[in-house]
This record gives sequence, structure tokens and C-alpha cells, in this order.
Amino acid sequence: MTTVTLNGLRTIPAKYVPVLVTACLFVAMFVAGGIRYEGFASGQVILNVFIDNAFLLVVAVGMTFVILTGGIDLSVGSVVALSTMISASLMKGPGWPPYLVIPLVLLIGSALGMVMGYIIHAFEIQPFIVTLAGMFLARGLCYTIGTDSIPIEDPTFTAFAQTRIDLFADLWISPSVIIAAVVVLVAAYVLHYTRLGRSVYATGGSEQSALLMGLPVARTKITVYTISGFCSALGGVLLSFYMLSGYGLHAVGMELDAIAAVVIGGTLLTGGSGFLLGTVLGVLVLGLIQTVISFEGTLSSWWTKIFIGLLLFVFILLQRLFSARRT
Amino acid sequence: MRRLLWPAVILAVLLLVNVFFTANFFSIQMRDGHLYGSLIDILRFGAPLILVSLGMTLVIATGGIDLSVGSVVAISGALACLQISQDAGVFTAVVLALGLSVLLGAWNGLLVAVVGIQPIIATLILMVAGRGLAQLITGGQIITINSPSYKIIGGGYWLTVPFGILLVAVVLAITVFLTRRLALGMLIESVGGNAEASRLAGIRSRGIIIMVYAFAALCAGVAGLMISSNVSSADGNNAGLWVELDAILAVVIGGTSLSGGRFSLGGTVLGALIIQTLTTTIYSIGVPPETTLLFKALVVTAVCLIQSKSFREKVFGRRRRAVPPSPAAEEKVRVTA
Repeated sequence: MTTVTLNGLRTIPAKYVPVLVTACLFVAMFVAGGIRYEGFASGQVILNVFIDNAFLLVVAVGMTFVILTGGIDLSVGSVVALSTMISASLMKGPGWPPYLVIPLVLLIGSALGMVMGYIIHAFEIQPFIVTLAGMFLARGLCYTIGTDSIPIEDPTFTAFAQTRIDLFADLWISPSVIIAAVVVLVAAYVLHYTRLGRSVYATGGSEQSALLMGLPVARTKITVYTISGFCSALGGVLLSFYMLSGYGLHAVGMELDAIAAVVIGGTLLTGGSGFLLGTVLGVLVLGLIQTVISFEGTLSSWWTKIFIGLLLFVFILLQRLFSARRT
Repeated sequence: MRRLLWPAVILAVLLLVNVFFTANFFSIQMRDGHLYGSLIDILRFGAPLILVSLGMTLVIATGGIDLSVGSVVAISGALACLQISQDAGVFTAVVLALGLSVLLGAWNGLLVAVVGIQPIIATLILMVAGRGLAQLITGGQIITINSPSYKIIGGGYWLTVPFGILLVAVVLAITVFLTRRLALGMLIESVGGNAEASRLAGIRSRGIIIMVYAFAALCAGVAGLMISSNVSSADGNNAGLWVELDAILAVVIGGTSLSGGRFSLGGTVLGALIIQTLTTTIYSIGVPPETTLLFKALVVTAVCLIQSKSFREKVFGRRRRAVPPSPAAEEKVRVTA
């Protein structure tokens, strides 16, 4: 295995380097923020990043699966919006209870993902185009349900939105964070300790080889899009906890944030290489940028985009350097 | 020519559908010395998309993809309007905006050709950062301008024809000449087929790739000028939003494969016209505006399925049993986007 020497003392496998770089960046940003702003260096700031980005984390986990197989899913943002819209309208209009609405929403998201995966596999159309059509479809369905924002007044949802789970020493998190954490843990287990996970990496590494090895490439590809659909729907449920409304314009452009998080986390967009931990760190870095900009106060919101662009550039350059060294 | 068959059929069907709902759909009138009519409208409002798609076609022909064109549209419009609002001449504003667009495109090309980043990520950088840049230029506000000479680019007429259509015609003619009459088109296709092999064969792959991205950005820049001039304002946030997706769609509908190596400019123009006609159709047959996207999704899926060889074989093609193993199976390995 190729290794990179750090300080001439310890060696680490090259595949962990991108994740480590992201981790170092996160720590560096946090320390720099702590020095520069009063009240920045507290555990709650990090927990707030989790609280504000729990839905993005869940969506990015699904995106990681898809990108690991070498595909891409542009429909996630729209599926998130569709989920908020369906749950809000079903609870408001016919007054469905949440324990019916949430499973239904998750089912719809998964089904949408599965159909897209099937089309991608069976008809050999580019994932980019198929999920683009999926994106139009989901957004279109949102507007068909309604063009206005629908408030959610269901007691279960508001309870989820307002509950604070106290940890030690005045720190607290929201229930969404726990759900997101569970999703991350389950996904990490699936990716690294199950047959499906191995097939995902193998398919992304080389579809041809995976086929020749007798791996179920077709099933894997359809499964990852289903997982991504499920994660987007769950992300939508978490977003409706957070926003307490359903709206067709929720989560516009979230697919870009999710892809950026995955890339910053060190996963190669060609597939076959990357870690879920990287994605978590990627989401944290994105969240921390927003926190820094809000602490700075004088910077306008568009600097977020410019910074994310710059970060993407730096990380892709790093990835490129490391992969060049490997070959 | 067979490649143009499906897009042409689809466009014809879409146009015919309109006749059922608007009887005088095909009539073109002369009013106040200007041409009027639904067909003219389709061309006029479709002009920016056709331009962006033309640039995108060449990028996709080299096996790349350019996600940043939407942001370039916003940046170019924003810079031009900012200059004009600060009393710069229209000519200066246009030159500056287009110059910046070419620079941004060259940056994309540099990342792809010299640094060797996958096109989809290389241009994702500018797609994300470019929106921020456009808002930085406009200061987060919508710049409104009042300049009759700038208005001509997107909303004016010349010799009874909308100026935008002429502009597209000129760009199309130049592109067709450069790529089909000169060797450039062949060089682009060979780079798309195999960049390394082309380099070994003595083609300057890097130069070609950088040029193609710069051209795509230039087209996007012109489209940005058109869009901002048509509404006499620049909106850094919403100008050209998702135009990259429409453009890629137009290219794919036009029969250019995303894996590169082949391209069809005629197909792209047809593809862009299909998308614009679809939008017009949606309005004219009275589909509620809320369901526009839904309708679009269905048509896009149908169009892509019809063009998919394996779909046609599975659904209609029972007659031809002895189909040789499709070359798509080998191509699939390379397709990553």
C-alpha cells in the first residue's frame, strides 16, 4: 500500500489522507474562529452546526453512496422539498397522523430513487440526465400540491422541533441530530461491513471488473439510488422538523451542497474511493463556514458561496496531487 | 442525418400539438416593421439557450461538461449592467463582460486540461463560487439600467428580425464554419475520443480543451448580455439559474453523447428549440404554471427513453433478434457523470 510520510516518523495509508486533511482544516477553522471571535470556542458552536445541518448530513450520506458507485444524484434537493410538502399537506388537509405520514414520505422518496436507478441501469441513460428529470419531476409535484408555504402545526412535529436534549455542561442537541447520527452509523456499517458496501466500492472502482467478478452490479446501482432517495426523504422530514413548514422552494440547490460536502470529504467523484467520515467532516466544514460568516457579521451571505468554491478548489487540487502521486 | 431524425420528429410533433390549441400558431405577421408570431417568439426567447447549448456541445464533444455556464450568464450580465450604471459606454461594458467570461472559461479549461481535474468538478467550483461572484458584483441587489442601445442586444430589432435571433444565427454560422469546414471540429472530436492518443498524434489537446471551455463561457457571456438587456436589469442570484441543466439537456436531446467524441450542432439547435417549444406549448395549451416542471420532467423522460437504444430494443425491437453487443456496454465504463 502506498503511504505518505508525515514528519518522517509515522506513515499513514494514502487513502486516509484526504479525510485527515479535511479534519485538520476543520480543527484549524475552529481554532482560528476561537481566537478571533469571543464565544466561538465552545462545544455548543459545533453542536449548533450539527443541529442546523442535520438534514444536509442525512442527504449527503445518501449522496455518498451514489457517488461511490460513480454516479450522481441531482434530484435530492427536490425530493427533500417534496417530502416537506407532502407531509405538511397531508397533516394540514386530511389531518393524517405523523406515524402514517412519515413512513409514507419515506416510501415515496425510496420509490422515486428506485425508479431512477432502474431507468439508469436498464436503459443505459446517464445518471446526470435521469436524476435531472427526477429533479424536475419532484419540484413539479411540489408546485402541483401547492405554490404557497404550508405551516405544520402537528404536536408531534412541533415537539420534535422544540425538544432540547440536554447533554453534560449546558450543551444540548435536537432529536434530529440523533436521527442523523443513527443514519451515519448505519450507513458506515453498511458501507464497510456488508456485502452491499463491498459491491458499492467495487462498482465504483470499475463497473466492468465488478461485473466480471460476478458482483450484482445492477442490484447495487438500483440500491444506491434507492438509498439516496430514502435519505433525501428522511432529510425532508428532518427539514420539516426544523422549518415547521412545507414549501416547494425549500432546499433549492441542496444537491450542490451535498455534492460539495462529499467532495470536500475526500470522496472521488469518479467513484470507488472515499469514506463516510469524510462526508460528515465535509458537512461540518460547510456548516462552520456559515457560522464564521455569521460571527464576522459584516460579511455578506454571498461570501459563503465564494468560500465554498475556494475550498472545493483547494480540496480538488489536493486530491489531484495525491492521486497523481499514486499513479 | 439519421441522428437528427428523432429530435426533428419530436419538435414537429410538439409544434403540431400547438396548432390544435392555437389555430394561427404558424402565422407570422409584420407589425410596425417587426416580425411577430409564435414561431418568432420561440426563436427569440430560445436564443440565449441555443447560444449556451452551442458552447456546451463543443465542451461535451471533448468528453467534458460545463456546469458553470449559468453562473457565467449571471456574472456577464451583472458586470455589463454595473458598467452601464456607472456611465461607462455600452461598448466598453460589453467588451469587459465578454472578456471576463472568456477568462472564466479559460480558467475552467486550465483546470481540466492542465491540472487534470474531472470536468464536472472543475466547473462545479465556478458554478458555486460564480453565483457568489455575481452577487458580489451587483452588491446583492438587482441593478436596473436605462440604456436604449444596450436594450438592442436582447430586445431590439434589426431589419424586422429580432436582434437576438440574428446574433444566434451569426454565432451558429461561425461555429459551423470553424468546426465543419475547417479541421477544428475533427480535432475536437478526436480529443473527445481519446485525449492522450490525440496528443501522441500531434494534436495540442490542452490548447483545444482550453479553447472549447473559453468558447462555452463566451457563448454564456453573450447569453447573459441578452438576458440582462431584455429585462434591462441584472440579478446575480437568478439570472441564468439552471440554464446549464437545460443546455445539457438540449445537447443530449440533440443526440450528442455525454461520453464525447461526436457532436451535432444541428441536433443541439433542435434540442434547444424543443425545450423552448415545450415551454411555449405549456403556456398555450393552458397547463397550469405550477405543473410546468412536472410536464417537462415527463417529456424529458420520454425523449430520453425514445433515444435510448436499449429501451427501443426492449419495447419495440423484438424483430431484430441478432443485435450485436451494443458498443454502449464498452462506453459505459468511461461514463462517470
